Amino acid sequence: MDWFPLLNSLRIAGISTVIIFFLGIFAAYYIAKAPRMIKGLLDVILTLPLVLPPTVVGYLLLRVLGPKRIIGAWFLSAFGIKLTMTWWSAIFATTVVIFPLMYRTARGAFESFDETLAWSAKSIGLSNTYIFWRIRMPYCRQGILAGTVLAFARALGEYGATSMIAGYTPGKTATISTTVYQLWRTNDDALAFKWVMVNLAISFVVLLAVNMLEKKSGRGLRKGKAGV
Amino acid sequence: MSLYADIEKNLGSFKLKVKIEVENETLALLGASGCGKSLSLKCIAGIERPDRGKIVVDGRTLFDSEKGIDLTPQKRRTGLMFQNYALFPNMTVLQNIQAGAKREKDPEKRKSCISAVMDSFGLSELSNHLPYQLSGGQQQRVALARILVSEPDILLLDEPFSALDSHLRFRLERELHQVIQDFGKTVVLVSHDRDEVFRLSDKIAIIKDGQVDRFGLKDEVFRQPGTVNGAILTGCKNISRIEKIDDRRIRALDWGIDLETDQDPKEARSVGIRMHDIRLGDGGRNSFVCRVADVIENPFSYTAMLLPEQAEAASLIGWELEKELWHSVEGEKVSVTLPPESLLLLTE
Repeated sequence: MDWFPLLNSLRIAGISTVIIFFLGIFAAYYIAKAPRMIKGLLDVILTLPLVLPPTVVGYLLLRVLGPKRIIGAWFLSAFGIKLTMTWWSAIFATTVVIFPLMYRTARGAFESFDETLAWSAKSIGLSNTYIFWRIRMPYCRQGILAGTVLAFARALGEYGATSMIAGYTPGKTATISTTVYQLWRTNDDALAFKWVMVNLAISFVVLLAVNMLEKKSGRGLRKGKAGV
Repeated sequence: MSLYADIEKNLGSFKLKVKIEVENETLALLGASGCGKSLSLKCIAGIERPDRGKIVVDGRTLFDSEKGIDLTPQKRRTGLMFQNYALFPNMTVLQNIQAGAKREKDPEKRKSCISAVMDSFGLSELSNHLPYQLSGGQQQRVALARILVSEPDILLLDEPFSALDSHLRFRLERELHQVIQDFGKTVVLVSHDRDEVFRLSDKIAIIKDGQVDRFGLKDEVFRQPGTVNGAILTGCKNISRIEKIDDRRIRALDWGIDLETDQDPKEARSVGIRMHDIRLGDGGRNSFVCRVADVIENPFSYTAMLLPEQAEAASLIGWELEKELWHSVEGEKVSVTLPPESLLLLTE
């Protein structure tokens, strides 16, 4: 059994999760502060990939990243790099698809933050950076952690947009999900089943890890305000 | 140290327009919830931005809309304490206090500051506890310690006791009193509790609908609250609308009696008298025979609800008196005096 699809899936999901971790958090942080009109509009735009069929996302991505389209053509002429049909092309797809998951869970977490903590921190002279990383993020870590893991799990299973922008080339762009489809299509049921089991195992471990992390870190920290 | 704040902020249906000026003393902002007292503190601390105005602490301008000065909260050195104490939940007691000492750059000095404050607040044994493991009183101590190591120029305390059980309040109030004495600079305290305010402050500003109703030394404010709102906030429960008869007499419309005053009622529209300022009738000025409509027993006193006999339809006057005294005069009717010097003449 060739393990390439597993490696490829993991690196695509891993890289896009790292990107989305920062992107999602900063979008959530700044949009939560924005005026209501802008907030509403951005919220709709940024959540769109969650409800669009992945094939539509794939189509839209190809419209801009394809070798004859605006960005794709520019990259090709400027750097000689083709943005589609490589293993990392799939990162574009997964990034767009999982962004709303991270953005929305992070925003929910930030909205539950007790702003008096930030105000008190400012009044004793702590910098905004310190407040963000040492107070706000730890306070919201459960929501953010949940968003990150969900995003990773979703990225691991992304099929529609990935298959359109990266295609299926064994040993090059094949991921677990595209491999399963390909194997099923070519009637290699036994191998398809093996990959399905691999996928199930990974998802199971990931979700188990979330549960354990939440139990460990969630103990007590946010119980009542003034336990007398 | 001193504080000068003259701020205006328009929030649509609510307008804040507050001007206060205090020296090295404790000022209490007394008002009902939503009157703008907490908002005023936030403006001073730089969390809310006033539309117009000026805030100066000890000659240092923190905010001046005309000159375009608007210091960040970090640079203002205004130690702001919230009613929930806002301890960082992910940090231990020690880490919370260390966070407050970040302004001090010299590590040796910082260390000695922290250990001094930990000692003086009795927190040394709790240093590894997380905030949720502390009692309300301990949380308040950590919050105060954290603010004091940050060396603020002014203390801003927002409802410091509202998160506490009543049996803890008294002790913590004494502790806070000591902290304020030791601090020795300007303190602004926000509260809706008149007893707390009277015990802790030197001056009082009564706030209503975003404006200062009455501002002065606490004794003066309690003696002459000036407005109906001020009278209510300082705990006066008997209030009646009045009509001026002449410059020494008024008609209390809600009580159906005429009263003599020892000063010209001028523009006053209401009169108030505190429940414990009413005396047993002596037949002299402002003495009335009243029917006893109801008697309420308090732990250490009685409150007799009285209806002046001569009045037709009138609202009741509450008279609070010691249990022994009540037992000696108890009956269907009693005679009381509303001493002219105890009458509060109120505008509005």
